[in-house]
Amino acid sequence: MENYIIEMLNITKEFPGITANDDITLCLRKGEIHALLGENGAGKSTLMSVLFGLYQAEKGEIRKNGMVVKINNPNDANNLGIGMVHQHFKLIDIFTVLENIILGVEPNKMGFLQKKEARKRVIKLSEQYGFEVNPDALIEQISVGMQQRVEILKMLYRENDILIFDEPTAVLTPQEIDELMEIMREFAREGKSILFITHKLNEIMAVADRCTVLRKGKLMGDVAIKDTTKEELSKMMVGRNVNFKVHKETKELGDVVLSVKNITVSSKIHNNNAVKNVSFDVRAGEILCLAGIDGNGQTEFVSGLTGLEKTSNGIITLCGRDITKATIRTRSKSGMSHIPEDRHKYGLVLDYSLEENLVLQRYWRPEFQHFGFIKSNAVRSYAEKLIKQYDVRSGQGAITPMRSMSGGNQQKAILAREIDKEHELLIAVQPTRGLDIGAIEYIHKQLIARRDAGKAVLLISHELEEVMNLSDRIIVMYEGEIVGELDAMTTTVQELGLYMSGAKSSIAKENDNAGQYQKGGEN
Amino acid sequence: MQDNIKKVGKTRGFSAFTAVLLAILLGLVFGYIIMTVASPANSFLGFQILLLGGFKRIGDVFYYATPILMTGLAVGFAFKMGLFNIGASGQYTMGMFFALYVGFMWKLPDSVHWLVCVLAGMAGGMLWGLIPGIFKALLNVNEVITSIMFNYIGMYLVDMLIQGNATMYISSKTRTSYLPTSAQIPSLGITNSSVNISIFIAIIAALILFIILNKTNFGYELKATGFNKYASAYAGMNGKRNIILTMVIAGGMAGLGGAFAILAPSTIAGSSMTYEPVSVIAANGFNGIAVALLGNSSPIGIIFSALFVSHIQRGGTLASLYGYKPEIIDVVIAVIIYFSAFAMLMNTMVGNLINNLFRKNRSKKFLPVDPKEGA
Repeated sequence: MENYIIEMLNITKEFPGITANDDITLCLRKGEIHALLGENGAGKSTLMSVLFGLYQAEKGEIRKNGMVVKINNPNDANNLGIGMVHQHFKLIDIFTVLENIILGVEPNKMGFLQKKEARKRVIKLSEQYGFEVNPDALIEQISVGMQQRVEILKMLYRENDILIFDEPTAVLTPQEIDELMEIMREFAREGKSILFITHKLNEIMAVADRCTVLRKGKLMGDVAIKDTTKEELSKMMVGRNVNFKVHKETKELGDVVLSVKNITVSSKIHNNNAVKNVSFDVRAGEILCLAGIDGNGQTEFVSGLTGLEKTSNGIITLCGRDITKATIRTRSKSGMSHIPEDRHKYGLVLDYSLEENLVLQRYWRPEFQHFGFIKSNAVRSYAEKLIKQYDVRSGQGAITPMRSMSGGNQQKAILAREIDKEHELLIAVQPTRGLDIGAIEYIHKQLIARRDAGKAVLLISHELEEVMNLSDRIIVMYEGEIVGELDAMTTTVQELGLYMSGAKSSIAKENDNAGQYQKGGEN
Repeated sequence: MQDNIKKVGKTRGFSAFTAVLLAILLGLVFGYIIMTVASPANSFLGFQILLLGGFKRIGDVFYYATPILMTGLAVGFAFKMGLFNIGASGQYTMGMFFALYVGFMWKLPDSVHWLVCVLAGMAGGMLWGLIPGIFKALLNVNEVITSIMFNYIGMYLVDMLIQGNATMYISSKTRTSYLPTSAQIPSLGITNSSVNISIFIAIIAALILFIILNKTNFGYELKATGFNKYASAYAGMNGKRNIILTMVIAGGMAGLGGAFAILAPSTIAGSSMTYEPVSVIAANGFNGIAVALLGNSSPIGIIFSALFVSHIQRGGTLASLYGYKPEIIDVVIAVIIYFSAFAMLMNTMVGNLINNLFRKNRSKKFLPVDPKEGA
């Protein structure tokens, strides 16, 4: 019997209609970095939620140091020394770093808050690991990477020695990822045990000691990293061989489809412009990628481009037509298709059925209506055609409630809708976010097919791998400005990372108004 | 069989229906408790008449159901778009006034007079829906605030206009005079009841709204906006126009309700319904909110919930025979509304209850006997 700090034995967790974890065993040694690998929906998060006390398993038991423990809620987990950095940080934006760290374990005397001691400890911890976190900065003022460090400090402050990281690298730049890996190694050296949830194989190969692989709620295996390869892991995760490289033919460029000149969009959050003086062209037959770390103005730019928000300056031309002030419907009719970033908020009406969502961009057209009355037969047959053509899978076909469909199939439905509509320009914002490898592959193929069909594709993505694989040309946005244009064939991930983090800029700032623009606590 | 039950339990319509039934049931239980506390000796008989009394006054049930059916539609229809039309009272009062005005001041052929009055009422309600709609659509002013304000503006305005009009208002009686017979809606001829053909118009209106919501482009846009206003904007729907249109239609429904109420034929020959300007906001508008909630905002559901609320109100009136004050019935109805506000919560509660029952059954009955059952 080996010396495990945490054993999760034969865990089974059922949700109505689905077994999220089916008889899964995961054992964590003291001082190791243990990766938990699986596609979306494989049951990783459920398993960790069971460990963290958010769910109770129907079957199975959890042991700590060989003793059976019952974890009913996160407080129990915390008392056992288990801490978690969630994928979406659980921080209060308008509180300071210190206030967030002590939240829930506030040191007090007779109900009066005693911050002094806590402050000393936080500073000490921060120095110990080289975090450089200012305890008095407000969360909303610090970068995402810093926020993650605050989350880590929260665990350290609570003296947790079993640390769960849920997809911690999704929001970081390549440089920040390297730093995080170093921090994780440091923790392991100190004898802390780390559970690292991810679907990125490179990171596992780089940092983990062992890896447990889940697929569709079932345990696929538990392997030592030094004895395995990336290909083997991906096969375990997906169940077949996966093509990492997207095949792409060279393609003649056509005319300029979209031309953006000096676009400025004001921010909703602060009194500054989120997008400053952005200009570029997209031509037919190319995939132009707008890269950048989340939160550097991409969302606002897309809102301005698609008409969801007003632009305060500049001209947008689509196929030779000025659409700067056009309505969303006019833009759509002029040949703009848009796969939105947030498919639940913008892309779908979740309470509508699949077929109702498939006609969301064209229900008003003559073939679907007759004097304002919807032709339900036409809608049904059109929906069935798309479902077949794009292999959208659902429980009840065209009438399936959208809410009940899986993320991948929801995205496929949006893709089908936007591609099938007449378009010259396809704007795809984070089209593969949160999808499993199979769906990602499919969507990548479809985007390339659009390009090969002579359409212009504007891809907005934060995933470096996606950016490198798909694009013909890359422009990088940093703090609302285009800081560089790169050729996808010749550039490297490292170079791209430098541009994304603002360390490098190839474009001279002519109308420099950066002086007005301050983002506190950033550097 | 169990799987079938579980499946039915999961469909949306069914769970909404069970939630409403549960709401009503709990409301009645609490009502009974309140009645027992108020007067223990008569509580059983009183409760019986509360529940069944309406059947003795079928005509009145339909008569009183008509206005709240219309205000219920006004609230429910707007709610489908995500708008909370709390201004049904104001729209109702304006509809009443417009109908009264045409009834007194316009000389029209007998055959069409009442119809024109009804249409005028609808126009009045539409006007009072239009204004908050414009505020919401163009200036993004919350419709709850404007429509509450417009309840008061409408009520005081109508009181003022009526009191200032010598043809309509008899100051010695402090109420309007009797409407000409030509302006009254044709009765259904049930003795001792004012029930009239407007109940049919109301039901037809509900059916039309049902068709608009489910079969037309406008309904598609309206519901899409109600479910997810971001997605509807993304799809290029004209949100501003839809908001105004929805509020106008909703106002028109409430306005019709006001017209139906005031134009109803009297049971006493030579008289009519009258309006008393006493600076009170019309209760039927707020009852409409309750009706819409109970009917789950669906036009068809609202027909039944309006009938139910009216039925229980009639029963409540009759319960006074056993010494109960009519206020008791208001308490009971208030409790029902209170519980229907929790309807969604109850949905999941009922769902879990059913699932748990069957899960328990399954593990108790099947697993020990035959472990292969699950496979």
